[in-house]
Amino acid sequence: MAERDLTRTPGFSRQWCREGSGRVGLALLVVVSVVLVSLSLGKVVLTPAALWAAWGAPSTPAGMIVTELRLPRIVLAALVGGALGLSGWLLQQVMRNPLASPDIIGVTSGASAAAVGYMALLGAGSGMQWLPVAAVAGAIATALGIYRLAWQGGVTPIRLVLMGIGASATLGALTMLALVLSPLTTTLSAYVWLTGSVYGAHWGTVRTLAGCCALLLMVLVPLMRHVPLAPLNDALATGLGVRVQRLRAMVLALAATLAGVAIAWGGAFAFVGLVAPHLARLVCRRPGLSQGVLAVLIGSTLVMLADLLGRTLFLPLDLPAGIFVAAIGAPFFLGLLLREVR
Amino acid sequence: MTRLVMMLVLLLASLWLSLMAGAVWYGPSTVGHALLSASPTDVQGLVIRTTRVPRTLVALVAGACLAVAGGVMQTLTRNPLASPGLLGVNAGALFVMVMLVSLWPGAGVSLWYGGAFAGAALAALLVWAVAMRGQASGGPLKLVLAGAAITALFTSFSQAMLVIDQQGLDTVLFWLAGSVAGRPLAEVTPLMGVALVALFACRPLARSMNVLAAGEAIARGVGVGVARLQLLMVVLVILLAGSSVAMAGNIAFVGLIVPHIARRLLPVDHRIWLAGCALMGATLLLLADVIGRTVILPREIPIGVMTALIGAPLFITLVRRQGGGHGRA
Repeated sequence: MAERDLTRTPGFSRQWCREGSGRVGLALLVVVSVVLVSLSLGKVVLTPAALWAAWGAPSTPAGMIVTELRLPRIVLAALVGGALGLSGWLLQQVMRNPLASPDIIGVTSGASAAAVGYMALLGAGSGMQWLPVAAVAGAIATALGIYRLAWQGGVTPIRLVLMGIGASATLGALTMLALVLSPLTTTLSAYVWLTGSVYGAHWGTVRTLAGCCALLLMVLVPLMRHVPLAPLNDALATGLGVRVQRLRAMVLALAATLAGVAIAWGGAFAFVGLVAPHLARLVCRRPGLSQGVLAVLIGSTLVMLADLLGRTLFLPLDLPAGIFVAAIGAPFFLGLLLREVR
Repeated sequence: MTRLVMMLVLLLASLWLSLMAGAVWYGPSTVGHALLSASPTDVQGLVIRTTRVPRTLVALVAGACLAVAGGVMQTLTRNPLASPGLLGVNAGALFVMVMLVSLWPGAGVSLWYGGAFAGAALAALLVWAVAMRGQASGGPLKLVLAGAAITALFTSFSQAMLVIDQQGLDTVLFWLAGSVAGRPLAEVTPLMGVALVALFACRPLARSMNVLAAGEAIARGVGVGVARLQLLMVVLVILLAGSSVAMAGNIAFVGLIVPHIARRLLPVDHRIWLAGCALMGATLLLLADVIGRTVILPREIPIGVMTALIGAPLFITLVRRQGGGHGRA
């Protein structure tokens, strides 16, 4: 049994797992250091002293680079990665399946189909500010549709996943249709979006995304008590006082929305939602709050690192972060597949 | 046997339809005339011989390959949901091909085609490794999930290659969406050779496959070399899926749906069943192509999109009917 600390005041009472909290602290340190490194690297390399000076004077050229170009991009990457990591963790908990993730159950392809369809209809020009709305709507609609299709007097996780695969294929075909029928310029920008990129982020998008994430987290907090019980079998969880079907439906909706929001502003990043929760589980075995927080932090780190590589490795090219997420995630994922699918 | 003959008749009818249909419809007599007499001044005959005949042949062979590959995989993995599309073999072939096209654009088609076989082999080995490990305890659904993950892996790699090399996009979009149009006959002839050899190689193995379908232990008991047979089947799947991807790109769901329909209509004897798969797969792809190139003129719906739009709802129905295993994850 891990060591526990207790916090007790009249309005609030909680047990803290010392091991989990320690590792969350470590992960936070990693996140902060990745942020600092990303801030100082790029076409213009800043020393720590120069970085500090730039931070103090936002109107100088270096200050502009740091506060208006790099920081919003880094924060956007962190938010997108964190939201995807959390979404994947929630899905893996309630689906009881280590391979469940927003990409595989079709939420990502729903958002993609909606967004690419939107681009194809309007051309990659006017009205792009509504693209995220289309993507979120697509993600939520897909999640609802999959849930409805899998419902046969209750929903079992595996049927949900299989319906997700079927829906994924259909939506992928529709996306491809839209791509082939639209002009090549639209196709190119759609492909960059499909790969996932945080290029050209500014504070406006960051604020909107942060607001959405905060709202969703508020919905999650009251559910959080039951989420760690979801991996138990249905009968046992019911016995412990969880309304299993309701929890599954709510968490699925929440995870889909979370992924949809992240994808809407960052593009269809693959693998973050799959890999981040697994790494979190490796770091902290005990299911619970600290594992969820770790999934968020690891997801953020993954996308921030990928974006750092994408914009520094092939200067002057600025490659989409999604490529590097796949490159980091894929080898890990293959090992996982051979180890866990037994 | 009568049903097999009916399928053959249906195939021939759709073959003829595929030669007639398109932006301009030709009558049956024009088609017959064009095929029999090759006069260089006859424009209609030229159109038929240089565009319609190649795409019809590609659809024919690719459809047969995919359906038979699906049937062989379903017997091999003892999993009714196995198919080259769903388990990632097609995606693997596609990825290696896309990679070669972007890294060596001048290398020519034979290298790219070789890449398709290599990619199919890579993905098939991966799936096989997972399947072998899964047999002890995991349900058949886990294999499908693993396949979906392998597909996602290769697809995201292909997308990444395309974003890096945007010039290649135009060349490659055709394979990504799946299409049987515009392949010069000389280019695909070697692939067709490989495909036909693989298709006919299924015939002598069919008897052993029947025994294998009854169970590995039984097969071993009556003296079938199970390991050797399984290896041969994997090789067949690689050849079939690889050549169909190299010819026609990413075509989804033919390999999954056709064996199921054939199982409803034909006796479960691999000698007849696989033949039925080949006939019906070819018919399905020919008809999908005819629809794809006639409904939204002057554009075309890529054939891979057509088959996914037909096949995915069928897949969902299939899973719903099976009940999907209660609580087993």
